[in-house]
Amino acid sequence: MASNIKQDDPRPLSPHLQIYRWQITMAMSIVHRITGVILTGGSLLIVAWLWAAAYGGQDTYAVIYSAIHHPLGKIALICWSAAFYYHFASGLRHLFWDIGWGFEIPTIYKSGAFVLMFTIIFTFVTWFGLLKGWAS
Amino acid sequence: MSGLRHKMKEVRGLGSAKSGVGHWWWQRLTAVVLMPLGLWFVYSLIQLLPHAASREAVAAWLASPANTLGMIALLAAMFYHSKLGIQTIIEDYVHKECCKISLLILNTLGHLGLTLVSTLAVIKLHFGI
Repeated sequence: MASNIKQDDPRPLSPHLQIYRWQITMAMSIVHRITGVILTGGSLLIVAWLWAAAYGGQDTYAVIYSAIHHPLGKIALICWSAAFYYHFASGLRHLFWDIGWGFEIPTIYKSGAFVLMFTIIFTFVTWFGLLKGWAS
Repeated sequence: MSGLRHKMKEVRGLGSAKSGVGHWWWQRLTAVVLMPLGLWFVYSLIQLLPHAASREAVAAWLASPANTLGMIALLAAMFYHSKLGIQTIIEDYVHKECCKISLLILNTLGHLGLTLVSTLAVIKLHFGI
């Protein structure tokens, strides 16, 4: 077993993404990761917003607020909220997998459909409530 | 756990994967905490955003101790969860050792900084602007 000592030996690699046929399960896994990165980016906006409110003048705060109040800002917020709901529901699905629930193929497809429905419905409900009270 | 591992494993360079299950466990724990906190935050924003054209509105919302504590808990859990997630992505896709280590350190310190800065802002707003 001498080969185990040298860590820089070329080791056999498992097949990676480009080898497999695209499937909904793998696409959802990748989107979970992408939405996680989007949420990390969005958290910077939370920091900027809080900091501007606490330490910025009224002018600095107005810049942040008008950015999110702008139609493009709202589109960004809609995408952000959709990323949140997707990551939320998909993360819940992962927690169920962690306790060993839902590994059967039909259940995987059902829970995947649930994640997509949850994302669409909650994003819609959120913005229905928000845009009603937040006339542009 | 380490008691169950044969010494020969370490001799052959197949020791523990650094911090063992710590990363996995904290990712799950913060995920569970973030579920109610995240929904509460989104709900709060829906209430707050239409009236938040001024800094005073944000300060008024954070005048409540419950909202302040909720925000501090959210920020801590969120940035720790985020740090663990971005760390995984760096470890998966960055293979050059020096880049990887640099990015991992930047990731840790960056998230720590964001947590401190945003928490300070929340505390400041709690006591008024």
